[in-house]
Formats: sequence, structure tokens, C-alpha cells
Amino acid sequence: MPLGNLASVSRFLPELAVTATILLLVAVHVVGKNRQSSASALLSLAGVGAALLLTALQPSMPAVSLFEGMVALDGFAVFFKALTALATIVVIFMSMDSAELSGKSQAEYYVFLLSVLLGMFLLSSATDLVMLYLSLELVSIPSYLLAGYLKGRKSSNEASMKYVVYGATASGVMIYGFSLLYGLTGTTQIAEIGRALATGKAALPLFLAAVMVAVGFGYKIAAVPFHMWSPDVYEGAPTPVTAFLSVGPKAAGFAVLVRFFYTVFASPDGAGGPWTLSSPVDWTLLFAVLSAATMTVGNLVAVNQKNVKRLLAYSSIAHAGYMLMGFVLLTPAGIQAILFYLVVYLFMNLGAFYVVILVANGTRSEDISDYAGLGSRAPFAAVSLAIFLFALTGIPPFSGFIGKVYLFAEVINRGVYWLAVVAALNSVVSLYYYARIVKVMFLEEPAEKAELAVPAFPRALLCLLAVPTLLLGVYWEPVIRVAANSVRLLAF
Amino acid sequence: MGFIDSHILSLMTFLPLLGGVVILCLPKGNDNLVKTVAAVASFLPIPLALKLLLGFDRTVGGVNAANQFQFVEHYSWIPSINVDYFMGADGISMPMLILTALLSFLAVIGSFGIKNKIKGYMALFLLLETGMMGVFASLDFFLFYVFWEVMLLPMYFLIGIWGGPRKEYAAIKFFLYTLLGSVLMLLVMLALYFNTTNPETGGHTFNMLHYMPQATHNAWLKGFDVRILLFLGLFIGFAIKVPLFPFHTWLPDAHVEAPTAISVILAGVLLKMGTYGLMRISFPIFPDIARYFAVPMAVLGMINIVYGALCAMAQSDLKKMVAYSSVSHMGFVLLGMAALTPAGMVGASFQMFTHGMITAMLFFLVGVVYDRAHHRQIDGFGGLGAVVPVYTAFITFAFFASLGLPGLSGFVAESMVFLGSFPVFRTIVMIAAVGIIFVAAFHLWALQRVFLGPLNPKYATLEEINAREIFCLTPLAVISLFLGIFPMPLVNLMNTSLLKLVDVVKTVL
Repeated sequence: MPLGNLASVSRFLPELAVTATILLLVAVHVVGKNRQSSASALLSLAGVGAALLLTALQPSMPAVSLFEGMVALDGFAVFFKALTALATIVVIFMSMDSAELSGKSQAEYYVFLLSVLLGMFLLSSATDLVMLYLSLELVSIPSYLLAGYLKGRKSSNEASMKYVVYGATASGVMIYGFSLLYGLTGTTQIAEIGRALATGKAALPLFLAAVMVAVGFGYKIAAVPFHMWSPDVYEGAPTPVTAFLSVGPKAAGFAVLVRFFYTVFASPDGAGGPWTLSSPVDWTLLFAVLSAATMTVGNLVAVNQKNVKRLLAYSSIAHAGYMLMGFVLLTPAGIQAILFYLVVYLFMNLGAFYVVILVANGTRSEDISDYAGLGSRAPFAAVSLAIFLFALTGIPPFSGFIGKVYLFAEVINRGVYWLAVVAALNSVVSLYYYARIVKVMFLEEPAEKAELAVPAFPRALLCLLAVPTLLLGVYWEPVIRVAANSVRLLAF
Repeated sequence: MGFIDSHILSLMTFLPLLGGVVILCLPKGNDNLVKTVAAVASFLPIPLALKLLLGFDRTVGGVNAANQFQFVEHYSWIPSINVDYFMGADGISMPMLILTALLSFLAVIGSFGIKNKIKGYMALFLLLETGMMGVFASLDFFLFYVFWEVMLLPMYFLIGIWGGPRKEYAAIKFFLYTLLGSVLMLLVMLALYFNTTNPETGGHTFNMLHYMPQATHNAWLKGFDVRILLFLGLFIGFAIKVPLFPFHTWLPDAHVEAPTAISVILAGVLLKMGTYGLMRISFPIFPDIARYFAVPMAVLGMINIVYGALCAMAQSDLKKMVAYSSVSHMGFVLLGMAALTPAGMVGASFQMFTHGMITAMLFFLVGVVYDRAHHRQIDGFGGLGAVVPVYTAFITFAFFASLGLPGLSGFVAESMVFLGSFPVFRTIVMIAAVGIIFVAAFHLWALQRVFLGPLNPKYATLEEINAREIFCLTPLAVISLFLGIFPMPLVNLMNTSLLKLVDVVKTVL
């Protein structure tokens, strides 16, 4: 039974903590004199830290439904809340170090950032179409603002504009799909929808509706062919924002994708095989093609990039493609692989972006050619970046390899061999462009020999990102157990 | 039974890594200390290898029987997917472990001349040694794969940073080729994992010994087409490493651009991993397919022998010639294995060991002349024999060993390969035997152009080989000579296991 509104409040503390922090930030902004001070950053850190702590302490067993069935509190939601809160904390640290953002008004920035976080919390737990749509917009709208946060920079404006146009279109299509679903089933509860559709009627409208919904989610995770916005947005947005968008909203996008399709299509009680809904459409094939296209396009286009941020943008498209492999079969093992991959992806991708920020602070450049000789100019940053890039490639002993093993494993286990082969070949392609950055850093002589200073605090943070990247490649049992436990969705 | 006795393979594997970490922690600028630590860390596996050799029971086979492996260490690593830390040695891996320990130490000593960033060089080299040892010691496929891949990173940097003029191209080419091979291996590994059951627990397993009895395979894995595909997936992965024609094109680039000591390791140890993988994994798991593909494999071996020798003859660069001679020599290994006869298999394994010795000598010797003359053009020298007699003696010895002169170890290996494979593939072996003439030809021709004839006056004052270089070469030369006259110690070391391997491949299914 879903809990009522009042009874739900005590289970809603992480969200409340984030909301309170947002309100406090606004108040500080109005009252405070010095808009550039780091007070708002520290306040946000405290708020998100509190939210993370509350999330960790929250009992997720047994799963409950809150607010009359609007959101779920289950292991899955808790996992994503912790993941997105962690990503936000890292991004706040990155923002404090970013030269791009210093001198800009701080409070609004963190208000937007935390609003996105609140949206991600809700998105990963929404179990009602209305709630789902609202939280998706709560993620999207502040993201548009964040992408355009550097008002003076043309590319940042362009990024924001493109993001709005694409985002609005995608969410329009998605909500049209929602309306079809409502028309078919007469309910907005996704578990109810699943039960209503299990009878197998109305195959064609259902297919249309599901595809439209997938457009909205596909846009959030930047899956081909809904990825067009992401390179321009990633390149134009301030780098900490890019890092944030490539991890946080992408993770939340996967959360909602999995929750929606798992609940509606794989029988609402989680029993039975994958894609149990009888339908003339081969969903596995459809999503397998989507996954293969996403990783292939991302990797092939990344090969020719000259700007690091743009390269990482395409690489993150490719990684969405890898993660979709876990979704293709809609099985618990596949979803567990996605969750595990998101954890390792958080560390390696944020780490790579963090080095990009540190280098840009010193050189004012994001061109790969300006990384020449970084190995001797800033050995610590260069070695860290090499670790992150090789982890992204998926080479042992780094965590990215283990993540890929789990994703490959489920696909092979269920016999979609061609997808595994495509993904394996893609890994080889990706090595080419990741190694190009490494080559420039270590194998080429710098144009300028001066040492690039990396202060102590960023060094420590880099360590905090690099150590898990290494450690999870050698011993990952605890994390995979957490992921396995988090696969159990709210079932009633 | 102390800690050392019960963890001897782990110590051999991880002591170099430990040394590498220590080196990273050393203060900047103290190159001698770095060299000392590297030498110690790479030397320690040698006494351990001797201990291994003394304690090794030559009468038990190993191959597919878990209880016949020696120096076993078996711990659970990731219980949720049954990945184990499982190491052990048998007659197939013993020569390779000894070879790796010896060549790694000599390569470290041979690298003392490196001036640029020696700290990073030594740390990466020791990581590479860990990877190599791990590959030869692992019996868990996952563990094997991790070690297999761990070698790629240091190798990429060692070629790319300390290599020759086209180092960047060579490094990435090596990396891409090998990664392509290993991702195929990864897919096969996962397919094996999901389609076999551990007879003890009923769950899936990465233990490669559990893949060997056919009873653990499910119906899908018993399908002939499936087995052919999986075998080919593994085979391409290993063939790239060997390298077999037509996957060999990375080798001349990588060997030529790599610094001397790294060429030594590449040719001396890394190439053997390909054929070792075939013996350890492909043949026992897919014996039926190994038999099915025996002729194509023998043909590939033959092509390698003849084509490698012809390519070597066409080279004007001494190092490139030596690199192609490796292609030729590794063909013998495949030819011997494909025959599936005891003599062929022993010859193949013998060739793996002895080629490690001989090619290491050759690359060291090419490095010696390159350090002094700064080029390697065969036609750019002439009459060096009069200027550097000691060096000439060494290189003549190495060339003769390489071309298979009776009395040296290369001859023993090649004659065993021919002996074992002739009854099975007559025509192929006859063509391959012609390759021997080419092998002899390019060696002698190079010898003549570089060391005989009128002296090139430019090199009248060429410096003689120094003590450190002689130190690196002597053990290799002594072992080649010893095994050439008295091959039985090495044959006995691996005989039981190889006979068992032949038996497994011949009789199963």
C-alpha cells in the first residue's frame, strides 16, 4: 500500500535536505554582499553531504511507495540517489577549482546545480507518469541554464540554446507517448500500466507510445539518434557543468529508462523472463541496434576530434551505448551491470574532466595539441588522466574493464553475440583516440617547458577519483553486491 | 614449508611489481639507486625459479588435471562470479617461467645505458615483468586475461617513449593489434564461462582446467560450428601475439622501434605467449578443433618459416632482419604443435625456450652495434671482424645458433620439430625445410657484409663490446651451447606434460 502524504514525509528526508539547501542558498544570495565568495559552495557541499548521509541511512527494505504512489523508495532509488549525490559533491569541488567559473555569481550556479540534483532524486524514484515528467523537467530546465552559465561566451550561449530546443522537442514527444499510454490503460501509475498491458492488446499503439517515451529517455542519456545536442552542449558549457551533465543526468536517465521499461514490460512483479509483454516487436533487437549504433557513432566520431571536451562528449555517447547493452535484455543481471558501470564511470569520467579543468586553468586551452608534454610539465595530472583514459578504454587492471566484462557477460549469456562483437571492436576503436591524448601527453615534446602547477587540494581530489578507478579494477566484490541488491525494484 | 615455499609463484610474479612501486617512491635524480632496485627486483625471481626447478616433480603431467599442478596457490578472489586467484606450474609453463625470470633480469642490466627518465622506464619494465610472469603462472582464465592485458600498457609506453624514430606509430600499432586480439579472447572467455559448469559446485567457473573435460560443456558448447568459432576467436588472439602470417605486420615495426632491451623481451618472451596460450588453453579445451585445423595450422607455420626467412633476407636494417627471423622461427613452433606428435610438441616447446635465448642474444648484439655506430644498415658496415673481434665472435655464435647449426640449441629444436611433423605432413615439411636454406642464407649473407670484406674506414675505431654487454650475453650463449649438446634436462622438464597434452588432444572426443 502506498503511504499517504504525511506519513511519507519522514521517508523523504534527502529530498527535503536538498530543497532546504536550495532555499537557504537563495536567502544567502539575497542577504549576502560578496557574490563571489565560496560560502555558497560550502553551503551546497554541506547540504548535499547531508542528503547523501540521509540517503545512506534510509531504510530501503522493504520497499515502500510514497505520496500516494508518486515515488518509490526502494534499493534502486537509493542507489541512484547516492550515486547522483556523490557526483554532485565531486562537481561542486571541481567548480570551486574552475577558473571559468571564478568571478561569476556563485549562488545561482549552486541553486541550479542542486535543483538538478533534486530532479535526479525524483526521477530515479518516480513511479507515476506525471511525477516522472515533472522530475525530468526539473532535471532539464536548470541544466539549460547551467550550460549557458558563461553569458559572455558565445559557445556557451549556443550550447544552452541547442539544449533547450532539443530538450523541448524530446520531452514533447515523450509526453505525447505518455498521453497514449494513459489512453490505452486509463492510469498514470506505471505498475498499473504494466498490468493493464500484460493482456497483450493494442500492440501497435503500445509500440508507438513506447517508442515515443524512449525518445525522451534516449535524449537524456544521449543515445543515437537523439545525441545531436550533446557534443555542442558539452563543448560550450563550462567544464564542471559538462562533467556533471555527462554523469549525473545520464545516470538518472538510465534510472528512469530501466524503471519504466522494467516495470511496464518485464511484468510488474519482477517475476518471469525479460520482455514478457507479448508484442509483435522484437524489443531486444530494437534496443540492441540502438546500443550498437550509439557506441559506434560515438566512437567513430570521437576519433577525429581536436578538442578534449568534444572528444569526451563523443566518448560519453559511446559509453551510453555500452551501458545500453545491459538494458537490451531487461534482465536483473544486465541492470546490475549498468549500475556497476555507472559507479566506475562516475569516477573515471569525472576524473578525466577534472584534469581537463586543471589543465585549462593553466593553459586556457582545451585543444589536444596543447596537452603536448604534459607528462613532464604536470606529471601528476598527466598520469591521472592516463589512468582515467585507459579505464575508459576498458583495459585491466582498471575499473572500466570490469564494468565492461559485466556488460558483455549478460549479452553473451543471453546469446546476443553480434552485439558483444560490435562492442568489443568498439573498444579497440576507442583505444585509438584515448591513446592519442596519452601519446600527446607523454610521447611529444612540449612547446612550452614551464611546469604546470597543480595545487595540493586538487591533487588530493584527483587521488580520490583515481584510487577507486584502480581499486575497483582489482577488487570489486562489495560494489557488485550493492549493485545486485539494488536491482530489486519496488514490486507490488 | 615457509611462506616462500607456499607462495613461490606469487612471489615471482609480484616481487618485480613491488620493486616498481619502490622505484616510483624514490627521490628524483638518483639514477644509480633506481638501477640497483630494479636489478634486485628483477634478480629475485631467478633464485626463486631455481628453487622451482629443483622442487619440480618431472613425473606428473598437469595440463588438465588440477591435482597434478605444482606450487599451486588457489584462493577465492571475486566469489560472486567465481573468479579465483589460481596459480600453478606444470611442464608447459616451467620453461617459460625460467625464461622470463632470466631474460627480464638480463634486460634490466642491458637497459643500464638508458639516460632519459630511467625511473619511469624501470618502473614500467618491472610492471611488464609482473604481467609476463602472471600469464605463465595463471590457471584461472580471468586472472590470465588480466595479466595478459596488464602487459600492454607498459609495453606501449616503453616503445612509445624510449623507442626509435617511428616509435609513436609502432607503439600504437602494437597496442591496437594486441587489443584486437585480446577482446576476441575476452568474448570467448565469457562464452566459455556461461556454457560450462564447475563439476564441484555446479556454478559457472573461470577455472580453465574445468573447461577441459567435455562433460562440463553444455549442449550449445558441444556444437561443432560453435566450437570452431570459439577456437578461431582464441586462435586469432594468440596468433596476433605469435605473430602468425597474416597478423604479423605489427612485429617488424614494434621490434625495430623498441629500445634494445624491450626488443629482447618482445621477441624473447612476449611472442611465446601466443604459442603458450595455444598449448595451455586452445588445444586442451578444443582438442577436436585442434585436430580439425591441424593442416591449416601447419600450413600457417610453414608460411611463417619461409615467408619470414625471405623477408629477413630482403632487409637492409640489421634489427629488422632479426625481427623477421623471429617470424620464421616461431613458424617452427606452430608446425611442431600442429603435428600433434610427441616429438613435434616437445620440439615446439623446446624451440620456444631456445628461441628466447637466441633471439635475445641477437637483439642485444644489434643494440651493441647501434649504440656505437648509431645506425644498423647492413651495407653501411664492412670488415668489422678485424676491429671488434670479441663482438664478432659473439654475433657469429648467435647467428650460427639462430640458423640451426648442429651442436647449438636451435638445431635440436628444429630437428625435433621436423622429426615430429614429417610423418604427418610430408609436403608441408618439405617446403618448410627449404625455408631452412633461406634462414641460413640471410644469416650468412649479413655476416659476410657486416664483418667480412674490406674494412669500412669510418668504423676503424669502433669500440669493442664492454663488460656489461658480455655479462648479458654470456648466460644466453652458455645455455644455447649446453642445450645444444645436452638437451635432456630441458626435454625431461617438459616431457611428461607435453606427452599428456598430445594424449589429451589426440584422444578426447
